[in-house]
Amino acid sequence: MAKTDKKHTPLVHIVKRDQGAITWQNRILIRAIAIVLALLVSGVLVSVLADTDPMKVYESMISGVFGTERRRWNAAQSVAMLLCVSLAVTPAFKMKFWNIGAEGQALVGGLACAAVMFFLGESLPLPLLLVVMIVASVVAGMIWALLPAVFKAFWNTNETLFTLMMNYVATQLVAWFLKQYVKNGSGVMDVMSDYGLPMIGEYKYLLNVLLVALLTVLVYIYLKYSKQGYEISVVGESENTARYIGINVKKVVIRTMLISGALCGVAGLLLVGGTNHTISTTTVGGRGFTAIMVSWLAKFNPLFMVLTTFLIIFLEQGSKQLTSDFGISSSVADISTGIILLFIIGCEFFLQYRIVLNRNRKEVTK
Amino acid sequence: MKRLFALLLAVVMVLSLVACGNKAEEPKGTEATEATKAPEADKKGMTESPLDAKEITKDFEIKDDFKIGFICLHDEKSTYDKNFIDAAKEAIAALGLKENQYIIKTNIPEGDECYNAAADLVDQGCKVVFANSFGHEDFMLKAAKEFKDVEFCHATGYKAHLENVANYHNAFASIYEGRYLAGIAAGMKLNEMIKAGKITAEQAKMGYVGAFTYAEVISGYSSFYLGAKSVCPSVTMDVQFTGSWYDATEEKNAAEALIAKNCVLISQHADSMGAPGACEAAKVPNVSYNGATYDACPETFIVSSRINWAPYFAYIIKCANTDAKIDTDWCGGIAEGSVVLTGINENAAADGTLAALKAAVEDLKTGKVKVFDTKNFTVEGKAVTGDNVVDGIFEESKTQSAPYFDLKIDGITRLNEKF
Repeated sequence: MAKTDKKHTPLVHIVKRDQGAITWQNRILIRAIAIVLALLVSGVLVSVLADTDPMKVYESMISGVFGTERRRWNAAQSVAMLLCVSLAVTPAFKMKFWNIGAEGQALVGGLACAAVMFFLGESLPLPLLLVVMIVASVVAGMIWALLPAVFKAFWNTNETLFTLMMNYVATQLVAWFLKQYVKNGSGVMDVMSDYGLPMIGEYKYLLNVLLVALLTVLVYIYLKYSKQGYEISVVGESENTARYIGINVKKVVIRTMLISGALCGVAGLLLVGGTNHTISTTTVGGRGFTAIMVSWLAKFNPLFMVLTTFLIIFLEQGSKQLTSDFGISSSVADISTGIILLFIIGCEFFLQYRIVLNRNRKEVTK
Repeated sequence: MKRLFALLLAVVMVLSLVACGNKAEEPKGTEATEATKAPEADKKGMTESPLDAKEITKDFEIKDDFKIGFICLHDEKSTYDKNFIDAAKEAIAALGLKENQYIIKTNIPEGDECYNAAADLVDQGCKVVFANSFGHEDFMLKAAKEFKDVEFCHATGYKAHLENVANYHNAFASIYEGRYLAGIAAGMKLNEMIKAGKITAEQAKMGYVGAFTYAEVISGYSSFYLGAKSVCPSVTMDVQFTGSWYDATEEKNAAEALIAKNCVLISQHADSMGAPGACEAAKVPNVSYNGATYDACPETFIVSSRINWAPYFAYIIKCANTDAKIDTDWCGGIAEGSVVLTGINENAAADGTLAALKAAVEDLKTGKVKVFDTKNFTVEGKAVTGDNVVDGIFEESKTQSAPYFDLKIDGITRLNEKF
C-alpha cells in the first residue's frame, strides 16, 4: 500500500438523525434538561462572579420578572412586543425568505404613526386620528417589506442583504425626521401624551397584550389551516414543486412579505402609538433581530413562539435585575444569557444531528 | 444545512446587535489619574489640580427608610455613565448609605422603559429617583406627576422650570467655567509657541472637535475659546463636529483634519480617545475632557476638565433626609466641587500654567471675572444684548441649569454643523 494513497479520516463526523428517531416526549425532556443545565451553569457562573450563593441568583431573576404587579405587567408588555415582531417575520421565514428587516419595517411603521400624531394630532378628532395612525403604520411597514419582495420575486435579488440595508434607511429616516422637526435641536422628541391608542381600564398594556394574543392565534390559523398558509409551506420547501402544481411563486412571495410588513407596522404602531408616544432611532430596540431567534427556536410555530419569547424576555429582565441587585457589570448578565441560549440552540442541533466517532480509523485506499 | 446556516446567521445578528448596542464605549487610558505621577528623569509630569479638592461632609442623619435610585442610559462601559456611577458611589460612601439604601439601574433606554424603571424604583421604596440622560426627561416627568411624594431629579434636562411640578428637578454644572480655565492653559501654550518663534501671533489657531451643534457643545467651546483669548488676544479657532458622542474614528479624522488646517492646539467635546490619540501621534498639544488622558498622551496632554456629580448627589440626599426642598434647577460650580480639573502635565503645558490657573480660579470665585462677559466677545462685529444679558454679562445657566449659550461668536469658525 503506497503512502500517497492514504486518505485522512476525521475523528468524528456528523450524521442527520432519521425523522422520528427521538420520540416527542424525549424531545421535550431533552430540551428541559438543556434548560436546567444552562440555568445551573449560568447560575454558578454569576454566583461566583457576584460572590453570592446560586439560589440568590435565581431568586433575583425571578423577582425581576414576577416580583411586583408592575414587573409582571412589564414582562407581559415586553413579551407582547417581541412576539408581535416575531409573528411578523414567521410567514416569510416559513417561505424561506430571510427577512432580517423587521427592525426597519417596524421602525418605519412607528415613524408613520409618530408623523401622523405629530402633524395631524391637533387637527383631527381622536377616533379619526386613530384610524389614520393605524392605516399609516401598516402601510409604511408594508412598503418597507414590499420593496425587497418585488426585487426578489422579479429579479431574484438577495433578500437578506436587501432587507438588512432597508433597516439602515429606516433608522436614518427617523434621524432625519427628528433633526428636521424637533425644534430645540436636541434630537429628542417630546412625548405626545394627548394622542394615542386607548387604554383598557387602568391597564396601559392590556390592549397591546390582547391584540398580540389575537394576532398570535390568527397567524397560527393562517399558516396551519388556510390555503395561503399551505402555499407558503410549499414555496418554502421547493419553489419548483410550487411552480409545478401551479402556485404563482412571485405572487406568494409578495403577498407573504406584505403580511410580514403589515404585522411589523402593527408592532411599530403599538410601540409608538400605544406605549412610547414618541419615537427615536432605538424605539424598536433590536426586537427585529431577536425576533429571528424567537421564530427559529419555535420552529415557526406561533404558539410555541409564546414560550420562546417568554424565555428571552425572562432572561433579559432577569439579568437586568441581577445587574442592579448584585452591582455586577451588565456584561456578566449578558454572558449568562449567552450561555443559556447556547445550550438551547446546541440542544436543537443535537436533536437534528448526531455525532459519530470514527473509532476504527481504517486507512482508506482508492 | 441551510437551516443551520440561517440559525447561525440569526445568532450572529443578535450578537452583532449587542456589540453595536454597546459600541465599545470604553476609551483606553482615561482613568481619572488625578494623582500626581512620579516624574521621570527628563519628564516633569503631572502637577496637582489647580482646584482644591472638595470633600463631601456629612452633617445630618440618614433616615432608616431612606433609599435612592439611579437610572443610567448605559453602563460603566460608557465614559458618560461611568462618570455618574462613580460619583454615585462616591456620595454613597461618603454619606454612609447602607447596601440596601441605593439601587443603580443601568442600560435604561430613553423610552417608556425609563418610566417603568422609575416606577419600579418607587415600588422598591426609593424616596429620590435620579436619571442621567437627556431623553429620559419626559418619562421622569410622567413618573413625577404620578408619584407625588417621591423626588425626581434629572441631569441635563430643561423642563423643570417650565412644567412647575413640585417634585421634579433639573441639574447641571457650570462646566463652562472649567472649560474657560482649560482655555487659559491653552492660551498660555499658544503664547509660549509665539514667543519661541514657532508660530506668529496670527497663526495662533486652535481646533475643536465637537459632538453635535447643540448649546451644550457651543457653550463649551465658546468658553474654552474665551479662556484662551483672555491670555492670547490674537487666537482664532476652527470647530469640526462629528455628529456622535462616541466615534473614535470620526473624532480622530476630525482632529487630523484640523491639524492639517494648521491648528496648532486641539481640544474636544466628545467621549472617545480619537482626538487625543491623533494629537499625540502628530505631537500637537491637546486639552482634554472627562478625565486625564496623560497615560496615553504623555507628550501632548495639557489639562482636562470634567463634571463631578457627587456634590449634587450629596445635596439631594441631604435634602431628602432633612426634609428640605430640592432646587428646581441646580447648577453646581467650582465652589460646590461640581466642576473639576485634572492636574497639569508640565511636559506639555507652558511654564507657570498652574499658578495662572490658580489665580484665575480665585477671580472666578470672587466674581471679578465672568466667562461670558460681553466686553470680551462680539457676534458679527456687534456687542451682544438681549434677555440673557444683564449688566454686560451673558448669564449662562441662570434660567435653567442646562447650558443655553449658543451664539456664533467672532473668532470661531464652524467648519460644519451636525445635529
